[in-house]
Amino acid sequence: MSRLSWATWLYIAVIVSAAAAILAQIPFDSPGPQFWVTFAVLALLFLVCDSSPIVLGDRQWAWSPSSAATLAAVLLLGKNGAIGAALVGAVAVISVRRKLRLVERLFNGAMYTVAGYAAGTTFLALDGHFIPIKNLSDVLHGVQLDPTVSRCFERAVWPFAVAAIVHVLVNHGLVWGMLLLDRRGRTSTPQARPAWGLPLLLASDVGFAALGLVISALWVVFGPFAGAIVLVPLFVARWAMGQFAEHQRAHDATLRALCQAVETKDFYTRGHSERVSRGAGMIAREIGMRADRAEAVRFAGMLHDVGKLGVPTKVLQKEGRLTEEEYAAIQLHPMRGLEIVRDIGFLNEALTGIMHHHERMDGRGYPMGFAGSEIPEFARIIAVVDAFDSMTSSRAYREATSIPDAIAELRKSAGAQFDPKVVDAFAAAVDRDGWPRQEPAQPRGHEILTSQDHDDPMAPLQVVERT
Amino acid sequence: MAWQTVDTGRLLLLSFTASLVVVAAAGTALAHFQAVNVAIAFGLYIGFGELLRLVLPGGREAAPIAMSAALSYAMVLTIARSPHYDAFGELTQEPFHRAPPLQVVLVAAIGMVIGSLPHIAAGRRAGLTGMSARLVAVACVAFIFDPLARHLNHRPGVALGVIALLAVLGWLIKTVILAIIRAEDLRARYSVTLSDELRVQWRLGLAVVVSAIITIFGAEVMGLAELAVFAGPLLVIQFAFRRYAGIRATYLQTVRALAQVTEVGGYVDSGHSRRVSRLSLAIGRELGMPEPELLNLEYAALMHDIGQLSLAEPIPGGATLLVSPADARRIAEFGAEVIGQTGVLETVAELVRFQWLPASGSMTPPLGSKVIRAANAFDELVGGSADRDRTAAAIVRLKQEASEYDPEVVAALATVTDRLPITRL
Repeated sequence: MSRLSWATWLYIAVIVSAAAAILAQIPFDSPGPQFWVTFAVLALLFLVCDSSPIVLGDRQWAWSPSSAATLAAVLLLGKNGAIGAALVGAVAVISVRRKLRLVERLFNGAMYTVAGYAAGTTFLALDGHFIPIKNLSDVLHGVQLDPTVSRCFERAVWPFAVAAIVHVLVNHGLVWGMLLLDRRGRTSTPQARPAWGLPLLLASDVGFAALGLVISALWVVFGPFAGAIVLVPLFVARWAMGQFAEHQRAHDATLRALCQAVETKDFYTRGHSERVSRGAGMIAREIGMRADRAEAVRFAGMLHDVGKLGVPTKVLQKEGRLTEEEYAAIQLHPMRGLEIVRDIGFLNEALTGIMHHHERMDGRGYPMGFAGSEIPEFARIIAVVDAFDSMTSSRAYREATSIPDAIAELRKSAGAQFDPKVVDAFAAAVDRDGWPRQEPAQPRGHEILTSQDHDDPMAPLQVVERT
Repeated sequence: MAWQTVDTGRLLLLSFTASLVVVAAAGTALAHFQAVNVAIAFGLYIGFGELLRLVLPGGREAAPIAMSAALSYAMVLTIARSPHYDAFGELTQEPFHRAPPLQVVLVAAIGMVIGSLPHIAAGRRAGLTGMSARLVAVACVAFIFDPLARHLNHRPGVALGVIALLAVLGWLIKTVILAIIRAEDLRARYSVTLSDELRVQWRLGLAVVVSAIITIFGAEVMGLAELAVFAGPLLVIQFAFRRYAGIRATYLQTVRALAQVTEVGGYVDSGHSRRVSRLSLAIGRELGMPEPELLNLEYAALMHDIGQLSLAEPIPGGATLLVSPADARRIAEFGAEVIGQTGVLETVAELVRFQWLPASGSMTPPLGSKVIRAANAFDELVGGSADRDRTAAAIVRLKQEASEYDPEVVAALATVTDRLPITRL
């Protein structure tokens, strides 16, 4: 949220004024002290949850189970439930998080207020039963349970379920609107991905929403202490989710570092895997690939040339024509790559991309000589980006080609070597998002300088004709 | 020695559990079966938890939902039921009868078996050890709680304290049993496996204990419907743990696979990194290293040769033993640089960086580096061979070079290779 467009401002303004209109209805005199005690405990619970969210993806998203507190307010605050829930949601404004700007705070507070009010109104409209609250002194003096309390729950469950779904939908809908508006005009970051996919996030929210009902049940026995009890599993879950996100970042970083290590063997291809990975991600987004497959194709791009390590350095360094044996050694690299990464379970489909990234549409590629639709989609994507990155990088025998020229070259070979649809998608993506400009690299002396590039479609490897 | 090879602890545990279940079945058959619907609900809940087992880091199987469900069934005080009007027009509730301890054990056992059937059908392990540990723990809790139960009605504060304490006790019993079995399996020290177990599991244990409390008191107010409602948040928590454990396993898999680049590139023998890492792990365990250190050691051992990628041509035969110390140092430092670039594996990078240091020099290398150095030398001398004479000769040679290889590490190496041939480590 660096610089907001006027549409974004308008969007925020509408939500904030809606929230203000809701909060203006607070009947400051009528609810008794019990309302305020219950509200205070739930607000505190909300605040604790909201102050330590897990950050998802590129720091635009944050998730916390705070909605459990809002939904408990719907059940516990009786006929003031809707306002109470709205008020609990408004606490997000004072969430204890650094790096949260005022606009973000206002938006979050307003968004939770609207969501809480919507849930509360739904619950009341469906004639949901409230839970009779036990106050602190009842708890301390061990007042007996009202035997009819289980009836209240029986009549609260279904209205509550609907209210919870309304809360989740309003919450996600408003956040999505914000992200869609805010995304326009900023450069895309295909590397960033939400660590916790959207369907999972929705499911998690619905699952934790049920906790609102559990909090109310515990409230009947323990009064306000119920909040403290449910915090424990919430924090354990948060820890596991945070660990997951952290390990996933570590995993990506490790993968990248190891690919870079492989590249040190060849000076001119530095950064190649990273760029191919990025380009593959751009194509995946352009053609609307599912998030998990898009992620897999990025991994395939990252790892596609790992097998080059199995090609003897002297073959890579050789100037002039290659013998058939040497050419065969180069053709083996996709299989060598497969050999290395085969055991990595999560790669699945990415393996096909690694193995077949040198197939050609006309069937004259290697290692299998597949043609057309026989070639897996991942491989067709990587083939395009691979060739493009090779052309736009400088080589010992030529300067880097400009981006428009390289695209033109791709289009020329579309059909014979590349899948025209993938080329089109890539051209559109580069047109929109651009391509990282590379500094012309100067060797420092001790690196290995290769004089050929097997990826370069403009200067194919020359093989000695057998006489 | 004969006793050690049949895994005494596991045998003892399984036979104890089997007799416990038999006694429980007999005892329940003789007595009156209490609250059938409650027993069925909790039995299914336990089975559901057993179905959703998860594998935590270090290959530990856990069934947190089943554990928490069984603990709550053992300590349930009362369950809300719908009041109804009796013949005289009075609002009444049927009285609730707690399940006696033997019935708790029987229901838990049946639930666990039902939940493990799909695992068996899918060709996975039945997980008898884990189930037995959970069942024994639940039995202990049920027997202790039963005489206390009638003093706890209408005293929620006291009940909360007693239930929390007993739930913690039950979880600890399970953990101690599993640590004993694990120490036996891995041939590690019991104190080390126990502290590892506590470190890996305490958060999940906390969630288990509190979930049991929530289930017990929630059902007191909401009735059995609470079990279904609370399943939502429990599933999310369980799923979070599953994803966490999954990414840890993937991480290890990736490092293992990518460590092979040196083998494919012809820099080292095929299988070298894998063998050195297995051997290093066994030595580390013998030396009593705790699990986080062992994990770093495993990563470092897998990637210890990654620095060779900086060489234009592979060293003939990959024999780093024959390389000059200056070159060995350059390779080690380049490897550490590569690993350091991940930004997350600093400790691993350190272990790789100092692997070239002799054991008794001006600088003392970290223990992990010494282990990798010895394991690497051993593997280069022996290769993948399991030949006893070659193994013995290699160890004699490493012992002679006491200034190069840490004597304590070499002694541990001798112990582990003596126990099992290198191919079976």
